[in-house]
Amino acid sequence: MTRMAATRDGYGQALLELADNPKVVVLEADLGKSTKSLHFRKAYPDRTVSCGIGEQNMLLVGAGLASAGYIPFASTFAIFTERAFEQMRNGVARPNLPVHLCGSHGGTHTGTDGSSAQSIEDLAIFRTLPNVVVMHPCDDVSTRVLTMQLPALGQPSYMRTARNKTPVLYDGREDEIQIGKGIVLKEGTDVAIIACGVLVSEALKAAETLSGKGVNACVVDMHTLKPLDGALIDRLVAQCGAVVTAEDHNIIGGLGGAVAEHLVSNQPAPLERVGVPDRFGESGQADEMLEVMQLSAPHIAAAAEKAIQRK
Amino acid sequence: MRTYDRRLFAQASKVAREGRRAVGERMSTSIEEIEEMARKCRVEIIKMVYRAQAGHPGGSLSEIDLISALYATRMRIRPDEPKWADRDRFILSKGHASPGMYAVLAEMGFISHEDLKSYRVLGGVCQGHVDSKWCPGVDFSAGSLGMGLSFGMGCAIAARLDKSERRAFVMIGDGEMQEGSVWEAAMAAAHHELGNLKVILDRNRIQNDDFCEEQMRMFDIPAKWRSFGWNVKEIDGHNMTEVMEGLDFLEAEENSNGPSILIAHTIKGGGISYMENNPSFHGAAPNDEQFKQAMIELGEVEA
Repeated sequence: MTRMAATRDGYGQALLELADNPKVVVLEADLGKSTKSLHFRKAYPDRTVSCGIGEQNMLLVGAGLASAGYIPFASTFAIFTERAFEQMRNGVARPNLPVHLCGSHGGTHTGTDGSSAQSIEDLAIFRTLPNVVVMHPCDDVSTRVLTMQLPALGQPSYMRTARNKTPVLYDGREDEIQIGKGIVLKEGTDVAIIACGVLVSEALKAAETLSGKGVNACVVDMHTLKPLDGALIDRLVAQCGAVVTAEDHNIIGGLGGAVAEHLVSNQPAPLERVGVPDRFGESGQADEMLEVMQLSAPHIAAAAEKAIQRK
Repeated sequence: MRTYDRRLFAQASKVAREGRRAVGERMSTSIEEIEEMARKCRVEIIKMVYRAQAGHPGGSLSEIDLISALYATRMRIRPDEPKWADRDRFILSKGHASPGMYAVLAEMGFISHEDLKSYRVLGGVCQGHVDSKWCPGVDFSAGSLGMGLSFGMGCAIAARLDKSERRAFVMIGDGEMQEGSVWEAAMAAAHHELGNLKVILDRNRIQNDDFCEEQMRMFDIPAKWRSFGWNVKEIDGHNMTEVMEGLDFLEAEENSNGPSILIAHTIKGGGISYMENNPSFHGAAPNDEQFKQAMIELGEVEA
């Protein structure tokens, strides 16, 4: 039986493990219970800064701390990171200060809170900022491992985590996870499905369905959207000749956009993008939202067949 | 010669006094010396903006007496080691008023007077808005209003975590207070009792488009800050004796229980007659004729 866990728990666990580094500090905007930074707060209150419900201030308090050699981890809901976008742009990314921002409860998968809470733009907007590494891991293990790698990064980052549980894929496979390197979860030759976050497990399901139809799909966890693992994409294009991207994010500007940008500048190949079809969400359970937004495994499988037909 | 009574420094911390010594021979303590430093800075401000035919003279002139006094007598800094970890921080949140800061940095020896010619020039040390990536002595890359106080709060928390007595001085503008994030920071800094966070408000009453009173009325500014839990003092920001007393207030041990703000009433464009209280010179350069007149008024050339 596959273990189920939420990526936000991996984030909270990583912060605790990072506490041995005295330069690590945690910033909260009244959502530590949700983003899971609360464990760090309980254990290390002196190194936790409450910024109240004030995300703009939080990002720049982080910048000030980073300018003095600290390594701040700031978190809030993904949607609320967006209101501090300019702070991230001018105060963090521009001077290249290593502030690590985590947006939890990202995507429509966050569910019943409804459209106001379902960030479908975060990956796109933070991807446009020079110096900023952008990640969206798929399980708690990879979230923990990627977060643990951040202090050595020396530049700012944005990581989206999810509220709800997803299948754990990397128990015992921690060594395979590295910022900026996509992970091939299943080799294949007919089509490459490149997914991130909560849709990685859906992509694996889609590959099973396709396998039953004689289609050999490759599945990749592209947990890092920026810098994008272009070398891996080049190999996938050479190997499969058709590509599908899958993400719980607007069809514009996220993983699909990043892969499309890479393809047009390198080796073009048929690309089908599975993502939120440029519309806002609504209240619903996580699995219901994946269906409403046409993001679930059957939709990914259909996109794969379409991409193959376009070869 | 009017000299500043050094006894008034008595309330400042021991570390701060040692820091001033670190500044060394550049340190000025007499009122006349600081006033002369500010006059020289005014000349450079006008020259920078004139050469570039762009920039922000009004807010640079209103802040210059304050920044000159701060750097000359209070900041614990090492101009030959601008990244010295235990330096006091100065954050020019109203980063468009960069000519004022550049002129002071040149006076203090962080950059050369030759560097001032690079203001707004491609590849120049003196970017349009102060930028830590380009200019030694700049701690905060500014340009977008409402950000510096939050950054200063981060610097102050870092100092506390380091168990250092270094301070974070932040200069904000009055128009800038219309940015909501200023009040996020104001509330948070008081909550965290950041006694090492010192704000100077350049209350010059003019913003980009017009007088503040026309753009957005501010009502009782001291009461606003007091109600947010700050120590507050008001001064005339062009009266050097009052400026020094104001800086004493910021450094005073009795005000180390929480953040403090010095509200300095200033004149936008102060020191150049045709720029004073003239919203046109928030962000405009003098023409040839106006440049000559400014140099005469500042005593650089004879009429």
